[in-house]
Amino acid sequence: MRSLRDAFITFRRSPLLSVLSVTTIAFSLFAFGLFGLVALNIRQALDKLEDRVEIRAFVAEGTPSDLVDGAAADIETFPEVQSARLVTQAEALARAKRELGEFRDVFEGALLPASIDIKLKPGSRDPATVKKVAARVQAYAFLNDVRYGEEWISKLYRLRNIASIAGVVLGLAFAAVAVIIIGATIRMAVMSRAQEISIMRLVGATDSYIRRPFLLEGFAKGVAGGLLALLLTWIATLLINRYIVETSFFDQRTAALGLLFGAMIGLIGSAVSVGRHLRSV
Amino acid sequence: MIRFTHVTKTYPRTGTAVQDVSLHLRKGEFAFLTGPSGAGKTTLLRMVYMEERPTVGEVQVSGTSSLEATKRDVARLRRKLGIVFQDFRLLENRTAEQNVAFALECTGAAPATIAPRVARVLGQVGLSSKGTAYPRELSGGEQQRVAIARALVNDPFVLLADEPTGNLDDRATRGIFQLLREINAAGTAVLMATHNLELIRRNDFRTIEMNRGSVVYDSAEHAPPQEALEL
Repeated sequence: MRSLRDAFITFRRSPLLSVLSVTTIAFSLFAFGLFGLVALNIRQALDKLEDRVEIRAFVAEGTPSDLVDGAAADIETFPEVQSARLVTQAEALARAKRELGEFRDVFEGALLPASIDIKLKPGSRDPATVKKVAARVQAYAFLNDVRYGEEWISKLYRLRNIASIAGVVLGLAFAAVAVIIIGATIRMAVMSRAQEISIMRLVGATDSYIRRPFLLEGFAKGVAGGLLALLLTWIATLLINRYIVETSFFDQRTAALGLLFGAMIGLIGSAVSVGRHLRSV
Repeated sequence: MIRFTHVTKTYPRTGTAVQDVSLHLRKGEFAFLTGPSGAGKTTLLRMVYMEERPTVGEVQVSGTSSLEATKRDVARLRRKLGIVFQDFRLLENRTAEQNVAFALECTGAAPATIAPRVARVLGQVGLSSKGTAYPRELSGGEQQRVAIARALVNDPFVLLADEPTGNLDDRATRGIFQLLREINAAGTAVLMATHNLELIRRNDFRTIEMNRGSVVYDSAEHAPPQEALEL
């Protein structure tokens, strides 16, 4: 309780330094958060593209429909498969017309083959799995023409891998910068109270007693900085949505994690700074 | 109560600060610690409150040994010591009362007992009317009184004073010294490092003189050599 009061009193005694620390934490986390948003939106865009990964197995002409239905039902039981839908000749024609827009008259009176369109479960859309499923589908004699855009899928996956690696590396770099800046700010706060700490020690305060208000203060600053950073990121998202491009914001869990990250940086930064200070005096 | 047994303190960079010192300060005693700058007085005092540990030998303070005291033991020991410095070391952003109360707060005193204890000790040092003043509003002598009040508030068995009058004029020096005598008369031992030979000469207290890290004279053991007091 006393530590809580001490932390509060510290804030009252040197509001400028406290506000400065909170702002520094907030802006460091804000930079990290903006990067996180970019990474998140790239990821979502790639996920959307990935949603379009599908295998199309064309049905040989003259195949009895019950055979095709049976095959579709059978394929749907594959563990990697999310759905297998039969597209009749008429439907194929309608779809082709829809997709080609102004060139729709090219298909006037044409006959397009029926197909089974297979969607894969998320997590089974990598090139190797797609290829494996395609090979299994090809085993049906009447489904001899199986297509899935092999090159496109492997390109998508390469892009995805690059995005993931760049995300992790840049994310770590941003986090490291945030940790360093926040650490320096907290160290400044500790140094500004060096005299107080030395007197505490002289009159017989234990190290853990000295440490406690700093930890609490660091935690509170981390939470406040985290909240402010979330608010800034949210405002940035709103502005980007209005003026540039539709983007999505963090879900609640990620936002809570960000806040926790701020709090932890505040707490750990304080613990390290005070610990170092106590060892050095 | 305070016992140094063949204590040597050596620093890696600056060399030996204290050389084979053995001495004993008894309960309720008043002793001057004197000698030129760099003689080792401050290091000796720092070893009493265990800010420094001897390189060789042992310091025992009220049952706490420098050989085995943990950090926690040192914190406990300091609650029974009062320490005063030349530069007062008051917190500028706290009033006299708050500075004194600080020593109680951070050693876990019951909150209800703090205000009366602070009032009592401020009365003892003659600052009852200045409790709400900030250090910058007080004279040097008054600031040192606040520092002494802070040192006394935990009822120490010994007051360690490192040049407590070094920054004060004659009048304030006399006042502070009188206060230290009163504190001693009430039963608290006082170990006072000082350059002020006038003060030593006028008062018949034990005098320990150091030079280059060694105790060169201790009035508890010898008759005073003339040259020592005529520096």
